[in-house]
Amino acid sequence: MRALKAYGRSPAALIGTAILLAVVVMGVGASWFYPDDPLGLAGRPLQWPGANPRFPLGTDPSGRDIAAQLFHGARVSLLIGFVATSIAVMIGIAIGALAGFYGGMTDTALMRVTEAFQTLPNFLLLLVLVAVFGSTIETVTIAIGLVSWPPVARLTRAEFLTLRTRDFVQACRVQGLSDLHLIVREVLPNALPPVIVYASVVMAVAILLESALAFLQLSDPNVPSWGNLIGLGRNVLRTEWYVSAIPGVAILLTILGVSLVGQGLNDALNPRLAASR
Amino acid sequence: MRVLQLALRRLAASLPTLLLILVGLFLLLQLAPGDTVDALMAQMGGGDQALAEELRRFYGLDVGIAAQLGRYLMRLVTLDLGFSSIYGKPVATVILERLPATLLLMVSALSFAFFFGLVLGVVAARRVNKWPDTLISTLGLVFYATPSFWFGLMAIVLFSVYLQWLPAGGFGDITQNLTGIAAVLDIARYLVLPTLTLGLIFLAIYLRIMRASMLEVLSLDFVRTARAKGLSETRVVARHVLRNAMLPMVTLIGLQAGTMLGGSVVVESVFALPGLGRLAYESVVQRDLNTLLGIAFISAVLVICINFLVDILYARLDPRISAGS
Repeated sequence: MRALKAYGRSPAALIGTAILLAVVVMGVGASWFYPDDPLGLAGRPLQWPGANPRFPLGTDPSGRDIAAQLFHGARVSLLIGFVATSIAVMIGIAIGALAGFYGGMTDTALMRVTEAFQTLPNFLLLLVLVAVFGSTIETVTIAIGLVSWPPVARLTRAEFLTLRTRDFVQACRVQGLSDLHLIVREVLPNALPPVIVYASVVMAVAILLESALAFLQLSDPNVPSWGNLIGLGRNVLRTEWYVSAIPGVAILLTILGVSLVGQGLNDALNPRLAASR
Repeated sequence: MRVLQLALRRLAASLPTLLLILVGLFLLLQLAPGDTVDALMAQMGGGDQALAEELRRFYGLDVGIAAQLGRYLMRLVTLDLGFSSIYGKPVATVILERLPATLLLMVSALSFAFFFGLVLGVVAARRVNKWPDTLISTLGLVFYATPSFWFGLMAIVLFSVYLQWLPAGGFGDITQNLTGIAAVLDIARYLVLPTLTLGLIFLAIYLRIMRASMLEVLSLDFVRTARAKGLSETRVVARHVLRNAMLPMVTLIGLQAGTMLGGSVVVESVFALPGLGRLAYESVVQRDLNTLLGIAFISAVLVICINFLVDILYARLDPRISAGS
C-alpha cells in the first residue's frame, strides 16, 4: 500500500504509466480501430500525413495505411516484449537461484555459462539464432528471450547469496523443509522486488532488439511491426521521410513509458534509494 | 607489475568461457538447415550428387560432428577460421579487412559517450534537482529510449539531405585520391553521424551512472575534509571526487563492450560502413555460416580484450585494487 502511494506521488511514474496504457489500448483495440488487414493495400502509395483524411498518418511505399500498421504494430511489440521478457526472467531466475542457493561447483558452472552468454554480443547471438531457426514471430520472440537472461541471473544470484544465510532461512532449514520449498517459498519472494524492477529494463531492450531485427528485415515479414515499417521507409528516406519517422516516435515513446514505469517501481520499492536521490 | 598480473589472471580465466562459446556456437550452427556446400551449389546453379560429395570431402564435412568440431578447434589455434565460400577468401582475411572500420567506430563512439556522459553527469550532480539537472536527466531518458537505427536515419534526413553538411553513408570519398591529413579528415567527416548514432544510448547510460556516482561520492567524509581544508568547489570536484566517481563508469565500459559491438551491426548497416557488423548482417542474409561463426569468435575475443584493458585501467584509477588482496 505504502509502495503504491509512493508510486502515485512520482510524476515520472504517472507519465510513464499513461504512455504505456495508451500503447496497450492501441494494441488491444487495434482490430477494433482498424479491422482490415494492416498489411493489405489501402490506397495510393506514399500519401503524406494529412493529405488524405482517410489516412491521417499517410500511406507507405506499398500503399498500406501507416496508422493501421502503427496500431497493429503496438500489439506485436508489446506481445514480443512481454513474452520475451517472461522467458528471460524465468531462465534468469532459475539459473540465478540455483547458482546463488547452492554455491560451489553448481555456482561456478552456471556462472561460466552466464559469462559465455555475456561475452558474446547479444545482438550477434540473436543473428545466429535467427539464421539457424528462421525468423517467424515465435522463433524471434524465443531467441530474444534466450539472449536477454544473463543480467537477470546475476541479479537473482546476488540476492540469493545474501538471503540464504539469513536467520529465517536457517530456521526453515532446521525445520527440515526441502530445498525446493526453501528456494521457491522462502528465498524467492524476498529476492523478487529488484528482479521485477529490472524486468522493465529487459522489456525495453527486448522491444529495441525486435525493432532492430525487423528494421534489418530479419524478423517476421508477415506481421505488422514498427521496425519493419522503418526499414521499408528507408528506401524513400530522401523524400518521404515520414514513413520512417512516425513508427520511430512510437518506439521511442513506448521505451520511454517502460523506463519511467521501471524507475517509478524502483523508487517505490526501494524507498531508501529514492530518498537519497 | 602486480596490476598486470591481476589482469592476466582474469584474462586466463576467460579462456574456458571462450571455449564454451565456440563449442556452443558450433553445435548450434549444426542445427541450421543446409551447409556450406548447399549454399555453394545453390550459387553455382545446382550440381549433381557426386560433385556435392566431392565438395563435402574438400571442406571436411564428410566426417562426424565431433570430428568436425575437433578439427575446427585445432585450426582455430592457428587462427585459421576456415574458408568463406561466398567471398571466395579465407574468413580470417575477410574479417581482418572489416575490423578497422568497426574498431574506429567503437573507439570514437565510446570516447564521445564517455566524455559527454562524464561532463553532463558532473553538471547534473552539481546542480542536483535544479533545472540543469532536470533537463539533463530528461535528455538522458529520451536518448535511452531512442532506437539507434531510427536516430541514424533521422540524422541522415536532417544533416545529409536537407542541410547537406555531412555524407549520408560510406567510409571516405572514393572519387578523390586523398592522402595524409586530408584522408584522415575525410574519414572523420564520414564517421560523425555513425559515432553520434552508436554513442547516443551509451551517452544516456553514462550520464545517469556518472550523476548517481557523483552524488554518492560527494556525500562521503573525505569530500567534507577536502572542503574543510578550504579547497574551492571546482578543485574538490576535479581532484577528489572525479577520480572516485569515474570507477563505475569504467566498469561499465567492459560490461557494455558486447552491447556496443552488437549495436554496430545496425549502425554500420544504416551508414553502409564496411565493418564487422555489416559483415555479420551480410553473412546472415547470404547464409555464410562459416563467416558468421568467425565473426562471433572474433567479437568474443574483442570483448575479452576490452575487459582486459578495463581491468588495467581500473587498477590504475583505484590503487586499492593492486595494493590489497
